[in-house]
Amino acid sequence: MRTAAVASAVQIRPHRRRRLTPSRLVVYGVLMVLAALFAAPFLWMISTSLKTGPAAIATPPVWIPADPVWSNYPTALAKINFPVALRNTLFYAIPSVVGTVGSCCLVAYGFSRVKWPGRDIVFVILLATMMLNDQVTFIPLYIIYSKLGWVGTYLPLIIPTFLGNPFFIFLLRQFFLGIPTELSDAARIDGANDLRILLRIIVPLSWPAIITVALFTFIDKWTDFFKPLIYLRDPALQPLSLAIQTFQSAHKTDWPLSMAASVAITAPLVVLYFFAQRKFIEGITLTGVKG
Amino acid sequence: MSGSVDVTRRRWTPHVLTRGERRNLAIGLAFISPWLIGFVCFYLYPALASLYYSFTDFRILQEPSFIGLENYSRMLNDPIFWKSLANTLYLTLLGVPLAIITALGIALLLNTKSIRGIGIFRTIFYLPVVVPSVAAAILWIWLLNPQYGLVNEFLARFGIEGPKWFYDPDWSKNGIILMTVWAAGDVVIIYLGALQGVSKSLYEAAEVDGAGAWAKLRNVTIPMISPAILFNLITGAIGAFQYFTQAYVVSEGTVGRGSGAVGGIQNSLLFYGLNLYNNAFRYFRVGYASALAWVLLLIILITTLVMLRASRNRVYYEGNR
Repeated sequence: MRTAAVASAVQIRPHRRRRLTPSRLVVYGVLMVLAALFAAPFLWMISTSLKTGPAAIATPPVWIPADPVWSNYPTALAKINFPVALRNTLFYAIPSVVGTVGSCCLVAYGFSRVKWPGRDIVFVILLATMMLNDQVTFIPLYIIYSKLGWVGTYLPLIIPTFLGNPFFIFLLRQFFLGIPTELSDAARIDGANDLRILLRIIVPLSWPAIITVALFTFIDKWTDFFKPLIYLRDPALQPLSLAIQTFQSAHKTDWPLSMAASVAITAPLVVLYFFAQRKFIEGITLTGVKG
Repeated sequence: MSGSVDVTRRRWTPHVLTRGERRNLAIGLAFISPWLIGFVCFYLYPALASLYYSFTDFRILQEPSFIGLENYSRMLNDPIFWKSLANTLYLTLLGVPLAIITALGIALLLNTKSIRGIGIFRTIFYLPVVVPSVAAAILWIWLLNPQYGLVNEFLARFGIEGPKWFYDPDWSKNGIILMTVWAAGDVVIIYLGALQGVSKSLYEAAEVDGAGAWAKLRNVTIPMISPAILFNLITGAIGAFQYFTQAYVVSEGTVGRGSGAVGGIQNSLLFYGLNLYNNAFRYFRVGYASALAWVLLLIILITTLVMLRASRNRVYYEGNR
């Protein structure tokens, strides 16, 4: 229905307002000024990352360094021990994606495709858990993990992801509910059990939602700071986020290297954004629509 | 089979369950078991444990000993607690509305009839959201550097002597707010989604009634996207109450010495989450930190409920009435 509305709007457009009226000129002007202000920090980050120390603090500021210092990147990456930090990040980000997608698919199936008494009440409890802030649980969790000997390992970051995430369960459940029951009924008559139906029918039809869950889980782990901060104090275990923060706080005036390191942690996500722009927008809009 | 479900709904007692339903119950529980285990072990138990700890004197090394409401009454007399609460309220009352209004303004501009290049603009406004919090905070420490930062260079062009930002207790929070507004692109996207859902016929009807641009904004656009505004306000406020990473990185990256407690210059960046972290992981006052966590939960719940109630007659939900 919405696509129909959009299509009709597109058709109407060429007939009417195409002229650059003064009011639209103003809108363009304001947008361009705002866009310049929003983009400037970004460009400054890249610009500084390619300068020498003295050039970085020169006045007036130079946007495009005459002689870009590309070697800042290898230097910065060596200082934060990039290969190790990247491996550490991926070491818990990838299992977390697998765990989140797997567990959330199973749980969402149980909440959408199987009818069992009490299901709706339990689902309300699941929704209610989204309200509780992490601060209420992290102290006892830390104590539990330390008793299990998990502090200083990746287990506190990975294991909970295998136990579902309420928001992603909600998202997948909505998606699963939209798949016609006839499809699973037909499979059931052919003798398929629920696990088979989930894997053979529901999952293949739900890739758009599953990719959204995987993408947002990966970004969440890539950028996470708090959990690594409290569980992974050992420098050898530090993921990228913590390694870069540690470097910056130890070298407060080394702007080119700090910026090069910041570009390094940001660039993969920007690339991901350009590849999956629609997914990002959909995911964000979904969170908004829910409220 | 659907008939039997109706019967159980009317008078639901366990032994009424048919064999098929018992089977479904078992299958359903099996599928949701990952979440059930997580809920009990990593959620319900820790929440209750921290509630219990909040009534105890507990410093990690020795066993917790019950002290009643002492942690809570101690909060009342703790200037650091009040400081953190005041800092957090500053961020919530100033930063959140500023970010929401800026984002709404940008979304409205982008939603102007047949504007070109919306994809490029949307990308520019959204990219700051993609920057990891750690990198964003480091970038803003640099941008807001009192001597060499780009922002103060820019202000100097207009003859304004920029403040010392993160090195001045009166200005550090404004630096954080600037950073928050810069990274409000996800809010822009949410507004854009809502704006595109507003029916064109409403505007046409308003135009027939002779409404100008301002009247259309006030009487059509704002009411129609009010659920999105409320959503952004609530999530923004909850986010502000839990604000942590950027403040931590700024604190350690400017005046921090890498060891002591975090909180920025003269504790001007000591937000609620940082105070909680200091108490739990720097001072090891586990009982007190647990009490802080529960008070935070209450603050968040009350804020959310108040906002939902206050908005009851101001937010329009299509299909509801």
